[in-house]
Amino acid sequence: MNEIVNAVIIVALIGLVCGVVLTVASKFLAVPPDERFDKVRECLPGANCGACGYAGCDAYASALVEDPSIGANKCIPGGADAANGIAKVLGIDAGKIVPMVANVQCGGNCNNTGDRYLWQGANSCKGVKMMFGGNNVCPFGCLGFGDCVEVCPQKAVRIIDGISRIDMDRCVGCGMCFKACPMDIIKMIPRAAKVAVECSNKTRGKVAMSVCKASCIACGKCERGCEAGAITMVDNLPVIDYDKCTGCRKCAEECPRKCIEIVRGGVI
Amino acid sequence: MTGFIAILITAIFVENYVLSKFLAICSFLGVSKNLKSAMGMSVAVIFVMMAATAVTWPIYYFLLEPNNLSYLQTIVFILVIAALVQFVEMFIKKSSPSLYNALGIYLPLITTNCAVLGAVVLNITKSYTFAESMVNTLGAGLGYMVAMFLFNGVRSKVDNADVPASFKGVPITLCAASIVSISFMGFTGLVNGLFG
Repeated sequence: MNEIVNAVIIVALIGLVCGVVLTVASKFLAVPPDERFDKVRECLPGANCGACGYAGCDAYASALVEDPSIGANKCIPGGADAANGIAKVLGIDAGKIVPMVANVQCGGNCNNTGDRYLWQGANSCKGVKMMFGGNNVCPFGCLGFGDCVEVCPQKAVRIIDGISRIDMDRCVGCGMCFKACPMDIIKMIPRAAKVAVECSNKTRGKVAMSVCKASCIACGKCERGCEAGAITMVDNLPVIDYDKCTGCRKCAEECPRKCIEIVRGGVI
Repeated sequence: MTGFIAILITAIFVENYVLSKFLAICSFLGVSKNLKSAMGMSVAVIFVMMAATAVTWPIYYFLLEPNNLSYLQTIVFILVIAALVQFVEMFIKKSSPSLYNALGIYLPLITTNCAVLGAVVLNITKSYTFAESMVNTLGAGLGYMVAMFLFNGVRSKVDNADVPASFKGVPITLCAASIVSISFMGFTGLVNGLFG
């Protein structure tokens, strides 16, 4: 009997000491939490994508609380809702928000172009790019090893017919794939965009034609055809100014190579 | 002195807590993906293990053993380690926010890390003195770090390899871990050869 009582007393004592120490510690060592942090954090979607330029939603929220002048409109997945919410909490202006989506600027699927050599190394675009700039016949095109698929937090990117395609309904515009692509062919376009360039080949005419059936040959028909003057040819590729684009889709009709695509929802 | 070095080398290589005793496998598989977090976790484990040993050794020899309560060691140690980790976390949060950002996220994970409990219990089982216990614990922590570091290298290779679909992910990681573990069997007899 004595043994049990002893055991109970000693273990209870140890527990009591631990409890007292923790209680005292929680009183004296408490760090007063900033109420605004929790409120700002609630406005953010919690995707932790890093599109705002901070390590995650928590990091962006704490940076905002410390210095609201960095801007409430940096969260791309959260869009207008997040920006307005944060602006309300911190009492600042929400700023301008244009919801973006990623678009793979390449149409060189297995029907249109091919491989220069057989790659058996590491299963990544970065790896294959180190070998003569990639195994694609077109030196500018999508390699299709899916570095973008791996980084996408929304699982919106898929490899279809050998090239990367983005499901625009799922895409939140965080830009992770844009950063991961070693070929720099993923571009961020406004969600409201009606047309998008689908080729990154910077050569022109016959050279471009010889590497891919869907390549831009820099004929300039889109530039001339655009009534709003939103298209300019830069480095043998059309660049669409989405501020001017009216969405008439004339360029897509004009393009003889069909490499200006009409942007649809879902997988293009 | 030789005794301490023998204990240290035994704990790091021969009886590596992860690869020979199979303790802390959860964090070993979970955190070894990324070298930076693997090292952060290892430093946190070493720190908590040392603190836990420094607290549990006196509790056992001055409180439990004189009262014939050795059979309560497991539950008492768990209680004390959990409270200790909580306390350390609060202390670091207050005193050094930068250290808290580096270690903080790993500390709650370590509360239930079996390597920490394993180290303190084995110190008692092997009836080490206080100094020997501390050295053994340091060795256990360093061994954890070595295992994490090595396995991180293996893992980065495995991730890039073309693995059959059914082996992707956890199965191939476990296979790789077992091979690394077999390689550590080569250290058996090392200490007897050197110091015996």
